[in-house]
Amino acid sequence: MSKQGVVPDDFSQPFWDAANEERLVIQNCLECNRLQHPPAETCRDCGAGDSFEWKPMSGRGTIYNYGVVHDCPVRLLQEDQPFNLAVIMLDDDPGIQMFSHLPGVPVDDVPVGAAVEVIFEPTANGQLVPEWRVITD
Amino acid sequence: MTTPTAPDAMYRNDEGLGIWEHRGKVAAVGVGHGPTSRRWDGRPETCVGAITIQALRKAIADAGVAPEQIDGLVVVPVTTTGAFWEEGKPLPMDVIESFNQTDDPLDGVAKLSAEWLLANMPELTNVQFTMYGPGCMSNALNVAAQAVGDGLTHTCLVVKSWHNFEGRYYQSGANVEDTLPGTAAITRLWGGPASYGTALQFAEYCRKYGKTHEMMAPFMENSRRNGLMFPEGYWAQHRPEELGREDYLAARWIAKPANLFDNDIPIMMSGAYLFSTAERAADMKQKPVYILNHASSNARPRSLTPTLDEVEAETARTARKIYEGAGITADDLSFENMYDGFSLFHQFHLEGLGYRGIKFGEALDFYQTDISIEGPNPVSPSGGNVGSGRSRVWMHTDCIQQLQGRAGARQVTGVEPEVAVSGGPMPLGGNFTVWSASPD
Ligand SMILES: [Zn+2]
Repeated sequence: MSKQGVVPDDFSQPFWDAANEERLVIQNCLECNRLQHPPAETCRDCGAGDSFEWKPMSGRGTIYNYGVVHDCPVRLLQEDQPFNLAVIMLDDDPGIQMFSHLPGVPVDDVPVGAAVEVIFEPTANGQLVPEWRVITD
Repeated sequence: MTTPTAPDAMYRNDEGLGIWEHRGKVAAVGVGHGPTSRRWDGRPETCVGAITIQALRKAIADAGVAPEQIDGLVVVPVTTTGAFWEEGKPLPMDVIESFNQTDDPLDGVAKLSAEWLLANMPELTNVQFTMYGPGCMSNALNVAAQAVGDGLTHTCLVVKSWHNFEGRYYQSGANVEDTLPGTAAITRLWGGPASYGTALQFAEYCRKYGKTHEMMAPFMENSRRNGLMFPEGYWAQHRPEELGREDYLAARWIAKPANLFDNDIPIMMSGAYLFSTAERAADMKQKPVYILNHASSNARPRSLTPTLDEVEAETARTARKIYEGAGITADDLSFENMYDGFSLFHQFHLEGLGYRGIKFGEALDFYQTDISIEGPNPVSPSGGNVGSGRSRVWMHTDCIQQLQGRAGARQVTGVEPEVAVSGGPMPLGGNFTVWSASPD
C-alpha cells in the first residue's frame, strides 16, 4: 500500500531517522520511565516536559484488534480499499499501540492475538515507516 | 463585550463532589429548533446564523417570556460538521451583508459568536452574561446550568447549531496531500475514518462477549422509528424512511464493523433552550424541567485508541458522578437517552449507567427485547442521531419534552416520565445532564 510521504519535523525527526535505519523507537519519559505513543511534548502521566528519550523497542508485538476500512478519507489509500487496519500492542509494554495495515494478511481474515514483528516499508516519498507482519515460523 | 470560554471550574469532572449545590434550583422551560437541511443552499435565510436565530426565537416564545427578560446567552461557537469554508473560495458577500457583521466575515456562515447573535437579535436588549461552551450542546448545557445556579444569569438561552456545506466531509486538507508532517504522520498515515475508533471498540466488545453486529438491528430500527416521530428532525422532515433490519444490514461498510447507518448523517440544524431559576420558571408558559445535576468526563486512552477496558472503566465512573451529584440511582431512570452518534458506542453509555440493571456485555441482548417507547424499558426515545441526523441535541430536547409530557407521538407510555439523563458524546469524554419532573 502506498502511504502518504512523511516530512519529519523537529519533534518527530528521531522517530523517522530511526525508521530509515530500520529501528523502532518509542518516546520514553525519563522521570517516570513510562513509554508513551503517540509522542507528545509533555508526559501524560507525570507531566514532565523536558526529559524524554527515544527508546529502542524489541520490534515484537501482538495483534490486539482490527477493523476493515472501506471508505478511507486519505486519497492515496483509496485505491487499496478495502484494507485491514489493525492495532498492535508492543511486547515491550502491552499498553502501547501502533497501527498496521498488516501487509500479507488477507482482508478481514486477521488473526487477532497472533505474534507480529516490525518491518519497514517505504512511503510515497521514500521515508521508511514501521509496519508489522505476522510471524509464521 | 468579549465572550469567554467556560472555565474548568464550571464543570463537575470529579467523583466525590457530593450533591450538586444547585440541585433542583435550575430549570429548562423553553425549547426551539430551526429547520434542518442536508447542506446549506447558499441563501441568507438558511445560513447557520439564520436558523440559529429561528431556534432562539422559538425557545423564547415557547417559554412565554419577553425577550428583554433574558439576561444570559451560552453558545457553542463551533458549528462545523467537518465542512470548512475552503481557503481562497470567494466569500458569500450577499449573505454576509444581509446581517450585522462582526470582525470575522464567516461569523453566522461557518461559525457563531455570541456577539453576532446579539447584533442580529435586537430584541435581546438585556443580555449581560455570555459564555462559550465548546463542542457540543451537552457541554453548553452544563455551563448554562452552572451559570444559572451560580446567579450569573437568571434567564439564559443556550444554543448549538451545525452547518454543512457541499462536498464530502474530511475529504480535503491533509487527507488529499502527498505528504504529512512527521508528528501527524505517526498516527495518521494509516487512514482510519472517523468511526474507526468506535468500530474497534465494538469489535473488541463483540469478541469479548460473543455478540454480533446484526444484534444492533433492533436498536437501529427503534431509533429511526422514534426519529420519524421527531418533527424537528432531519429524517422526519426530509426523508420519512423507516430503517428495517434488512436495510440496516445491507448498508455498505465504512470501517467494518461500522456501516453507513452506524455513521450519523451530517446536517444543518439548530437547537435552543431557555433555562431559568426554579422560582422564575414556575411562572413561565411550560412546565419546568428541573436539573438535578451535571457531570463531565475527560479521560485519555493510554495510547492510540481506547481499549474496551478503558471505555468500561470510564463509563462506569461517569455514571457514579451522574448519580452522586443528583442523589439518585439507576433505578430512578424512567428511560434511557444517551448519545448514539456513532451508534456502535451507544451500548457503552447504556451499560455504564446500568440502566435497568444491565451489566457490561448485556446491552445487545437487551436490544432484542421491547425497547420501544410503549414498553417498560424505553431505549433512546429521542431516536438520537440515528433517528434525526447529526446534532448531539435530540436526546436533550427529548428528555425535556418527555418530562413536560409534550413529546407528541414519541411520548413514552409504558413508564411515568420522572427522571432522565442525557449526554455525550464519547464514552471517554462528554458532558451529562440529569433532568427531573420535580425539583426534589
Ligand atoms: Zn513521566
